[in-house]
Amino acid sequence: MQHIISVLVENKFGVLSRISGLFSGRGFNIESLSVGPTLDPDVSVMTIVTIGDDQIVEQITKQLNKLVDVIKVIDLTEKEYVERETALIKINTLKEDRAEALRIADIFRARIIDSSPNTYTIEITGDVKKVEAIINLLQPLGIKNLIRTGRIAIPREEVKSAVSRETSERRAVSG
Amino acid sequence: MKLTGSEIVIKCLKKENVDVLFAYPGGVNLPIFDVLYDEKAIEVILCRHEQGGTHMAEGYARATGKVGVVLVTSGPGATNTVTAIADAAMDSTPMVILTGQVPTYAMGNDAFQEADVVGITRPCTKYNILVKDVRDLAQAMKEAFYIAGSGRPGPVLVDLPKDVVLAKTEFNYPENVYIRSYSPSLKGNKWQIKQAAQEIARAKKPVIYAGGGVLASGASKEVRELAEAAQIPVTNTLMGLGGFPGTHPLFLGMLGMHGTYWANMAIHNSDLIIAIGSRFDDRVTGRAADFAPSAKIIQLDIDPTSVHKVIKADVPIVGDAKTILSDLIQQVKASGNGVAGKRQPWMKQIEDWKKEHPLSYDQGDKIIKPQYVIDKIYELTQGDAIISTDVGQHQMWAAQYYKFDKPRTFLSSGGLGTMGFGFPAAIGAQAAFPDRQVVCIAGDGGIVMNIQEMATAVQYGLPVITVVINNKYLGMVRQWQQLFYKGRYSSSFIGGPPDFVKLAEAFGAVGLRALEVSEVEPVLKEALSLKKPVLVDVHVDEEENCYPMVPAGAAIHEMVFSDADSNKQAAKSGGKKTTGVLTA
Ligand SMILES: Cc1ncc(C[n+]2csc(CCOP(=O)(O)OP(=O)(O)O)c2C)c(N)n1
Ligand SMILES: [Mg+2]
Repeated sequence: MQHIISVLVENKFGVLSRISGLFSGRGFNIESLSVGPTLDPDVSVMTIVTIGDDQIVEQITKQLNKLVDVIKVIDLTEKEYVERETALIKINTLKEDRAEALRIADIFRARIIDSSPNTYTIEITGDVKKVEAIINLLQPLGIKNLIRTGRIAIPREEVKSAVSRETSERRAVSG
Repeated sequence: MKLTGSEIVIKCLKKENVDVLFAYPGGVNLPIFDVLYDEKAIEVILCRHEQGGTHMAEGYARATGKVGVVLVTSGPGATNTVTAIADAAMDSTPMVILTGQVPTYAMGNDAFQEADVVGITRPCTKYNILVKDVRDLAQAMKEAFYIAGSGRPGPVLVDLPKDVVLAKTEFNYPENVYIRSYSPSLKGNKWQIKQAAQEIARAKKPVIYAGGGVLASGASKEVRELAEAAQIPVTNTLMGLGGFPGTHPLFLGMLGMHGTYWANMAIHNSDLIIAIGSRFDDRVTGRAADFAPSAKIIQLDIDPTSVHKVIKADVPIVGDAKTILSDLIQQVKASGNGVAGKRQPWMKQIEDWKKEHPLSYDQGDKIIKPQYVIDKIYELTQGDAIISTDVGQHQMWAAQYYKFDKPRTFLSSGGLGTMGFGFPAAIGAQAAFPDRQVVCIAGDGGIVMNIQEMATAVQYGLPVITVVINNKYLGMVRQWQQLFYKGRYSSSFIGGPPDFVKLAEAFGAVGLRALEVSEVEPVLKEALSLKKPVLVDVHVDEEENCYPMVPAGAAIHEMVFSDADSNKQAAKSGGKKTTGVLTA
């Protein structure tokens, strides 16, 4: 099963390599990985999408936790969360296809962020299903270049307790 | 007053009570060696190869429980340590490796003797740190020692660029460390401990399966107390030997691939396994799917990744073994458990297994049996020596036949199985305990992998006794070839060179030899009386095999006990290749 794991790490030299090395060294899968800073410049957050049975995912989260530079590991799959991914898609457009391309973009509320006589570059943001759907529809027109950010995800705020323990902890960490 | 980085490094070592430093110099760490030149409180042991020096630090650490420390130069000096670092990581040995590095301004330019040591050692250290600024140095050293020695211990490498050790700053050694992303939990979960006590009370056929974690935690006393209070027999892993008295009536010996039949049978038939600081390594479990089919499993480990990794635990308790056991013992005692009578049928059953297939060998009157040599070493050292081994058949015989009564008296490369470990590890242990009897039991293959350290032993007058179990073969490889490759001894014969007696003498050590049974005892006695580095070359039966044995892919109760047995087994499987996960 696919899991989305959020990993808070010290923003130190070599941390990305420690994490990717853990996955490659132990034969765990990485479907996608994205990294960025948090409010605290000393802390980064990684969103890792991985696949494995329960036992493997348990090992993945434990092994991540064991790394000295890892502050916190949250398997979002066990929780309510929202996720997004952005893709930039450059398509070839023959004259007769340009209208179709715009129509598809419009349906998905994607944006044209660059255009030339023979190409459009489309920006799409959404959950992974949406991103994949537009890619499928654009494929017949001829995709010249496709770049995806990988998924990022964040837990939903629990409705009952306004501030769950975890989010308050995260706040503390991210200053 | 401002100090140089080099001075700070040495000050930090003193703050950490380091009394012995295993070291080898080179261009970029000369500033540190220059400080050491005047340093009285730290004994520097100049090894002859950085792998040897790093194994010495391991031997020192394993024999004392303290952090072993190595200092080497950049590039080749650092890469030479890698095998021993990986060894320390696998066997949870606390160690700090200080590597020189080219100056920060030259890094990344393929400078002379530059290697990306932090990159190379990332997967085989517990942690590693490149110090880029002398102002971070003291903190880095403090963290290195703290991380190496706490939680599940392991090797930590600190990379020290030359400009950093030359730069100056004020020295402030942090009293405490707090690393927000690293805080090993020590206390076990109360409820789980209660569960465990209840399981122990219910169990009719319990076994304690204790590993190296018991030694790391210093929990030998507690393991014994639990075993005695609840009348539970104890088996040790290779790494765990010495963690429970080898002569104790509740001791079953080692389990696993070359474990005792009764230990393996006890595990296989038990209804409750209490795993303490042991990680269900494949050498222990055999075919994991058939491991202890009717047992519930209580697992104590400080490392959460050890739990549910191979075998599902019914009652996992994450924390420090000593701390958890103290709580558990109280509960077990309170529940009035451990009425000796209750376990009697179980103990009787184990006794029967023991009678069925005891450890045995046939010592004739001429050709020396390797097991006999171990027996004699045990007898002549009165079980009181620190024994190190190399890797191979002799290692297993040492584990089977020497009875280790005290913690930290058996030093062996378990997880990585590193040939070349034994001799330098013995030197490291001897450096820690100059007055104790330290004996290295090595094979004729592995001993030459770090034989250069004989020069170190001689230079520093470290009276390590090395007994080479000389069977003219890479014996363990030959055994596998005999049993699983139709006796085709491909590249496993090493007989002939060197002449070990002359070799020892060339280094300035004493060389002795035993060719026949009658010579074993006198020669060993002489070696033990000399108080000098001695190498004893004992020529043993070349094709003796190590039994009992769990063949590759078999479950641990499916043991073979002799060559005849192995042949039968091979015939039964129709020469089919086993599909086990075990590899030589
Ligand atoms: C560095 C290293 N290389 C190879 C091996 C594989 N190996 C395991 S045991 C063994 C044979 C060891 O021979 P020897 O030292 O003579 O000991 P014996 O088995 O004969 O007692 C070998 C080659 C190893 N464990 N370590
Ligand atoms: Mg040999």
